[in-house]
Amino acid sequence: MSMKTEALQAAHGAEEQPLHHQFEELPQQNESYVVGMWVFLVTEIMFFGGMFLAYVLYRWRYSEAWFEAHTKLDIPLGTTNTVVLLTSSLTMALAVHFAQLRNKRLQLAMLGATIGLACVFLVIKAFEWSAKFQHGLVPGPNFTWEGLVPAPQAQLFYSLYFGMTGLHALHVIIGIVVIGVLALLTALDHPLVKNDFIPTELVGLYWHFVDIVGIFLFPLFYLIPK
Amino acid sequence: MSTVAPVFQGESPQSPPSYLKAGHTIKSWLLTGDHKRIAILYLIAVSVFFFFGSIAASMIRVELVSPRGVMLENDTYNKVFTAHGIIMIFFFLIPAIPAVLGNFLLPIMIGARDLAFPRLNLLSWYLYVAGGLCALLAMAFGGVDTGWTFYTPYSSMYSNTNVTLTIVGAFIAGFSSIATGINFIVTVHKMRAPGMTWFRLPLMVWGSYATSVIIVLGTPVVAITLLLVVMERVFHIGVFSPELGGDPVLFQHLFWFYSHPAVYIMILPAMGVINEVITCFTRKRIFGYHFIAFSSLAIAGLGFLVWGHHMFVSSQSMYQGMVFSLLSYLVAVPSAIKTFNWTATIYKGSVRFQTPFLYVLGFIGLFVVGGLTGLFLAAMSTDVHLTDTYFVVAHFHYVMVGGTIMGFLAGLHFWWPKFFGKMYPDNWGKLSALIIFIGFNLTFLPQFVLGYLGMPRRYHYYYFAPEFQFWHIASTAGASILAVGFLIPAVYLLWSLKYGPDAGPNPWGAKGLEWTIPSPPPTTNFVEIPVVREEPYAYDAEADEREERVPAETKR
Amino acid sequence: MNFPLMPDQASNFARPYDALFFALTALTILFTVIVGALVLYFAVKYRKGNRVDRSGAVESHLGLEITWTVIPLILGLVMFWWAAKLYVDTRQPPQDAMEIFVIGKQWMWHAQHANGVRENNELHVPVGVPVRLTMISQDVIHSFFVPQFRIKQDVLPGRYTQQWFIATKPGKYNLFCAEYCGTQHSEMGGYIYALPPQEFQKWLASGGDKKRPNQPTMADLGKQLYDRLACGNCHGSQDSPRGPSLYGLYGARRRMTDGSIVEATASYIREAIKNPYAKINEGYQNTMPEYRELTEEDLLNLIAYIRTLGTSKAPGPVLGNAMPAQIDGGNR
Repeated sequence: MSMKTEALQAAHGAEEQPLHHQFEELPQQNESYVVGMWVFLVTEIMFFGGMFLAYVLYRWRYSEAWFEAHTKLDIPLGTTNTVVLLTSSLTMALAVHFAQLRNKRLQLAMLGATIGLACVFLVIKAFEWSAKFQHGLVPGPNFTWEGLVPAPQAQLFYSLYFGMTGLHALHVIIGIVVIGVLALLTALDHPLVKNDFIPTELVGLYWHFVDIVGIFLFPLFYLIPK
Repeated sequence: MSTVAPVFQGESPQSPPSYLKAGHTIKSWLLTGDHKRIAILYLIAVSVFFFFGSIAASMIRVELVSPRGVMLENDTYNKVFTAHGIIMIFFFLIPAIPAVLGNFLLPIMIGARDLAFPRLNLLSWYLYVAGGLCALLAMAFGGVDTGWTFYTPYSSMYSNTNVTLTIVGAFIAGFSSIATGINFIVTVHKMRAPGMTWFRLPLMVWGSYATSVIIVLGTPVVAITLLLVVMERVFHIGVFSPELGGDPVLFQHLFWFYSHPAVYIMILPAMGVINEVITCFTRKRIFGYHFIAFSSLAIAGLGFLVWGHHMFVSSQSMYQGMVFSLLSYLVAVPSAIKTFNWTATIYKGSVRFQTPFLYVLGFIGLFVVGGLTGLFLAAMSTDVHLTDTYFVVAHFHYVMVGGTIMGFLAGLHFWWPKFFGKMYPDNWGKLSALIIFIGFNLTFLPQFVLGYLGMPRRYHYYYFAPEFQFWHIASTAGASILAVGFLIPAVYLLWSLKYGPDAGPNPWGAKGLEWTIPSPPPTTNFVEIPVVREEPYAYDAEADEREERVPAETKR
Repeated sequence: MNFPLMPDQASNFARPYDALFFALTALTILFTVIVGALVLYFAVKYRKGNRVDRSGAVESHLGLEITWTVIPLILGLVMFWWAAKLYVDTRQPPQDAMEIFVIGKQWMWHAQHANGVRENNELHVPVGVPVRLTMISQDVIHSFFVPQFRIKQDVLPGRYTQQWFIATKPGKYNLFCAEYCGTQHSEMGGYIYALPPQEFQKWLASGGDKKRPNQPTMADLGKQLYDRLACGNCHGSQDSPRGPSLYGLYGARRRMTDGSIVEATASYIREAIKNPYAKINEGYQNTMPEYRELTEEDLLNLIAYIRTLGTSKAPGPVLGNAMPAQIDGGNR
């Protein structure tokens, strides 16, 4: 946290951050936004939580079928994607760091890198998904399952796989849009973000949450033990 | 006199205009960030939904007068009771007190200029309206017949009505709730005025805070659950359908994990309102402040652990049932604590029988019955007989109508002069409170008997058991009285907007920061942020009585 | 028009459940009256302008708070214990209960007696004899509700649920579906007829209301199905490399490939037929085809037949070669 204090002091030395009318002072405003973001992330955890509960139930109930079903997932691609996501978390953290130091150039570069890595993640995910489409592993009337375990149980695995990675991918897309808007506003010195590292920090919190979900999804779907 | 620095802030020549006069264009309302204007927008919207929900309720009651129905077909009847449930729960009861009274009062009560995130607040209203429109569209064009509980696999595989669009509506409205919840939590944590410590907060704020915690933790779960139902309808993913390997009871677990706490989303803010009104009209400090505050949190916490009592006959295991039953008995205790504390608050007060206080009396009476009849349903053996019958219907109407709507009306009548600066005719208010109380009991007491006799809920016809008819007729008769009771306030409150006498900043002589500013308040609430130096509810019944006895001339 | 206050007490559950119901009712009335009377008494006594002593009012009192926390808590726990104990004690059906199978579907109840008598939207049961219902739904969730018996049990698709009772009074009682199930939910009901035992036996022997005696029993129908599907090719009278024997299966405890021990209940057997790979007996491969097209009625008949194969292994012919006729011998 000392980095933040330094940054705040640096900020106070330079131009003042804008203060919105409902707040009395800057620390109150900044803390409000951060607390608000954390509460929002709690709702996100509960949102994914419902699906994780369904996952736990059916993995426990149909453990054999799920093991069989998971072997059709591409572990190298999944691993690559996890690494990509982790790296994007690093670049995002650096973007926040440079925002606090008011180094606009490096902040923008790091935001750009994060967007880039997020796009790489989506492209890899798209390859994975299209392979599943070709192999008829998409739940629904066209679901085909050749293995020994019953098709409905394998289909449930893929239902939750598509449901959860799909919801995660949706979060990644939203993240790309939000980071893009943030970068644009920063580049234009828009008053919403000028001299204010809090928006970057908030977006960073969101992005780390998206990463953490991704990190949970990888072992849960790709690395099911026999 | 007040909890604020001694200077009264209103009515000085340079005081800013009231929030109602801060702009007259439609745009100035629809794009406002002012929590008070948003509260008014919510008030209008929830009133509209209450009206629609009541129409559906009347149709249900008329239909049940005869064992073979009066005018509707089976599927129409099913759509009508579904509409009643969805509109009343998702679009009236859940937002009514938090989004109207809470929105308006919470920032003022803690001495803030606005909620922490005004634009998010406005967004939540738009989401609410959008969700509501989706649901209304679904009902207008074909309807939906799953019941508000959307039980699978009926909702996900069998019903061929507009389930998807309705769920989209409920889903969007859920995000509106979440936005309000986040806003309240942050505001209470970060925006309190100097000196406004946690234990100086008005108990209404504690109630709203506990509600927000439930919203934040529960609403996302029901959102994803409903989303899964839609995905099952559209893509046949099979999470809930046994034909596809899923488990229909999983839906019930996920659904009640939210929907039982949702009952507390509806009742906790009402309890908060009761604290404010009962202290003012008994001129007493609240009895047992800390116990009331912590009982709200206890209800919020325990409320998440009792959902299984909706499922005693759904094939869950005996031991699971026992745990849920035990926890359900425990959650009754904090409610009992509140009730006894309110009773003790009246003791040695200086009681004024004005409209808001009558609603409080009604609330206590009906909530006690509603809460205690919950014990029948938390008991595993009696629940077997009573669940899914009219006993349940009567029980939750006692809690939700007797509790939430009485609380809402108490609060609306208490703060109406603050909202609009106008007084309504108190005698009409008292009359309507009495009519509502009588009509309500006539409507729902017979339903306890019906439930015990075995009338299942969601039944259109009961020609198998024509002996139920007497009680249905009694209930419908009561409902018509109740309807009159609801119409009267609608008339005189609207009348008061134009013809009501000016209320002045503090018509009730009430304590609390909201009564230290003009009525209606200026846009930024306070000219200067107040410094709180007093404990909450600094009423003194004895002093008030002494003052009352001083002849009017010497008072001047 | 009459205004009844309580339903008939017509089963073993009615009296004990009603006793609890009345105790809770008394508690409700007591507390409502206490709170209501206190509130009104205080409100009137301390109304504005009434000259009464208002001095010495306190704003908190730990002793009072503890009192009105502990008393409701104790009362609540007592009620919980009473209710839970009653529920647990009456949960398990007696071993010798007469079994009736019930299928719920949109929008009717279909019941099958073991001897093959079927009924729709009606159920005849003997008075004084424990009856166990094994129930399943063919589509959505229903709920089997007989108010005069104080029983209710959800009827789920894909899984058997059980309910038992002893009718104690001859008569005609309501049967309702209590879980909303679609358009004609309110008409998915009928009547339960509780008959004196001899009368019931006569009714059953004469083939029920349709007066068709000597129908094939459920087990007979199950046997026909067993033969038609050639189940015996793999499941003979003794374990074969292809499949375990069904003799003595019902109620037995078997070890599965994942190490778990499973009791062969009706639900297990149903799943094993429709969905053979969900659980596989230790030492076997998952080679059995899925019989997904079987109706719930078929499955109940098959289970009824499997039950007749007894609880101990019968001597039989060579492995994997059991002819249905041979299986038939000695076990009926």
